[in-house]
Amino acid sequence: MALIDIRNVYKIFGAGRPLEDALELARSGVEKNDVLVETGCTLGLKDVSLSVERGETFVVMGLSGSGKSTLIRHINRLIDPTAGRILVDGRDVLELSPEELLAFRRSAVSMVFQRFALFPHMTVLENVGYGLEVQGTEHAERRRRAMAWIEDVELSGYENAYPAQLSGGMQQRVGLARALCTDPEILLMDEPFSALDPLIRKQMQEHLIALQRDLKKTIVFITHDLDEALHLGDHVAILKDGVIDQTGKPNEILLRPATDYVREFVREVKRGRILKTGDVMWPPDAAATGPAISRDAVLQDALPVSMENESPLRVVDETGAMVGVLSRSALLRGLTDRE
Amino acid sequence: MMKFFRGLFPDWAVEWPKGLNLPLNKWTNDFVEWLVSEYGVIFETASDAILVLLVGLERFLRDLPWVVVFLGVGALTFFSSGRKWGLTALVAACMFFIGLTDPRLWDLSMMTLSVMLVSTLICIGLGVPIGIAISRNDRMRDMVLPALDLMQTMPSFVYLIPAIMLFGLGAVPAVFATVIYAIPPVIRLTDLGIRLVDEDIVEASDAMGASRRQKLMRVQIPMALPNIMQGVNQTTMMALAMVVIASMIGTRGLGTEVLIGLQQLNVGRALEAGVAIVLLAIVMDRVTQAYGGRFIRTDGRG
Ligand SMILES: Nc1ncnc2c1ncn2[C@@H]1O[C@H](COP(=O)(O)OP(=O)(O)OP(=O)(O)O)[C@@H](O)[C@H]1O
Ligand SMILES: [Mg+2]
Repeated sequence: MALIDIRNVYKIFGAGRPLEDALELARSGVEKNDVLVETGCTLGLKDVSLSVERGETFVVMGLSGSGKSTLIRHINRLIDPTAGRILVDGRDVLELSPEELLAFRRSAVSMVFQRFALFPHMTVLENVGYGLEVQGTEHAERRRRAMAWIEDVELSGYENAYPAQLSGGMQQRVGLARALCTDPEILLMDEPFSALDPLIRKQMQEHLIALQRDLKKTIVFITHDLDEALHLGDHVAILKDGVIDQTGKPNEILLRPATDYVREFVREVKRGRILKTGDVMWPPDAAATGPAISRDAVLQDALPVSMENESPLRVVDETGAMVGVLSRSALLRGLTDRE
Repeated sequence: MMKFFRGLFPDWAVEWPKGLNLPLNKWTNDFVEWLVSEYGVIFETASDAILVLLVGLERFLRDLPWVVVFLGVGALTFFSSGRKWGLTALVAACMFFIGLTDPRLWDLSMMTLSVMLVSTLICIGLGVPIGIAISRNDRMRDMVLPALDLMQTMPSFVYLIPAIMLFGLGAVPAVFATVIYAIPPVIRLTDLGIRLVDEDIVEASDAMGASRRQKLMRVQIPMALPNIMQGVNQTTMMALAMVVIASMIGTRGLGTEVLIGLQQLNVGRALEAGVAIVLLAIVMDRVTQAYGGRFIRTDGRG
């Protein structure tokens, strides 16, 4: 069973009579703008369903105003839905009592924010330890665990600095350490790297991938950058005007975009970094004599090998058995998105 | 001409009818009387507590050698302002001039100072919790804010009289009146400060599962402190503005000197006391400002 299960969630910003009308309209398929004109209510999410498996990184990608932040805030119930259910580990978070909700937020989920949202009057150490402080962990233990996380995000020596004294990238590493310090099962990340320079963003992505390799958290990651989404996500959902256009693995989205909207986006992506030889290979052919290449190699890495060998490459799995062949033309077609 | 004009109207529309009289006057008097007879004990207890505090503080400040008070205020300014020499020198000079104007004024200043300090403490003790309460509850806020406007615009003599009826003459009704007049800024700025805390940061605290209390003590109040201190500063200034009025109902202090000067048409005497009040105001203003400034700097920006 999926760890996080969001079922038919609607979120409409408004109140009273107009809100009910708006829900009615949304249910009958009316679009965001028309709902706004008819009722004055903003349609935040419309019939959103998705499931996130334990231990995976699930990315929600969408443009500004598409409802990404609204969606992710439903998981720890910073926002209540207008209709629908949200199950985490089989429990409906909407049915939690106020005390249970606090306990759930203290131990099971934490969150990283786009604009860092660090406490400006606390040191790095106090910021990172805040989750434990809220839980009532005693001082020495709190300090020990917070220091360990500060070291993990490579900020040793800065524990007594205040957030305003750090660069953006360092601040977000504090944000990450603060979220991880309570050892939650679920990590919610709302555009965590969007406010950073491209180079720092790249570093942070790799840092997250490295951390995740050990931690195996369940991550819900929000971004407006499809490259980032496809690079980090085990599954990616594309959100547009509060509606999910497509959910799938990165290669499925690249190779079989479900709508024109998704197709438009996919055109801008650096495909060589995402697609793997296994995604574009042809069925195995005993006559193939070229060098072997892993089916998990990305096209960008396969290209130089292919350029040096006239004959098609043999695509192999972990055991070395051939699972397909990759000709230069198949590789180039994969890189240039012609379906 | 006017006679003819008045004749056009029926009698009741010309002169305000005698019967159309809201008995606010009688109601208020009855209410105060009822309050005194039913709850006199409570007022007496409160009054005694305030008096003990006030007398204790006054005696303490007057018994201390002036040099100690002088150096103490200097040190307080110096350390709370983050070691600013210029500011400390200004405050010290003001303190010195109070005594220099007339040696009698030093003792009187200490009396005024203790009334002010006690009033300000009560203002903080009541005002900060009220400010917190209205920052979380819009309905309450809509009720309290107009009441604050009323307290600031109502001439203070209007509530001095019931204060005297409740507490008798002396320092306690003066403190009471001062609190009513001076409390609005703390309430307003506490409310404002908490409302101005960045929503993202409040959300971060919520997302970690902080209870309302934890959020308040650990995030909202610390982040609102610069504003709260600004409110405290304004409150001390307003409390000081009440000294002359307070002296009319029997508090001794700098205000008394001004009153006597007025009665004897002794402009010099009134002026000396007036100057001392201004100097005291400068001292209080700088000290509370310097103290408030500390909280802004911790985020490394200010
Ligand atoms: N509290 C609110 N009241 C009314 N409308 C809201 C509220 N919060 C969000 N909305 C609206 O809901 C829609 C989705 O907002 P949301 O913040 O989820 O978008 P987003 O995808 O996170 O955008 P961004 O990339 O700018 O962060 C927007 O049209 C927004 O105006
Ligand atoms: Mg957002």
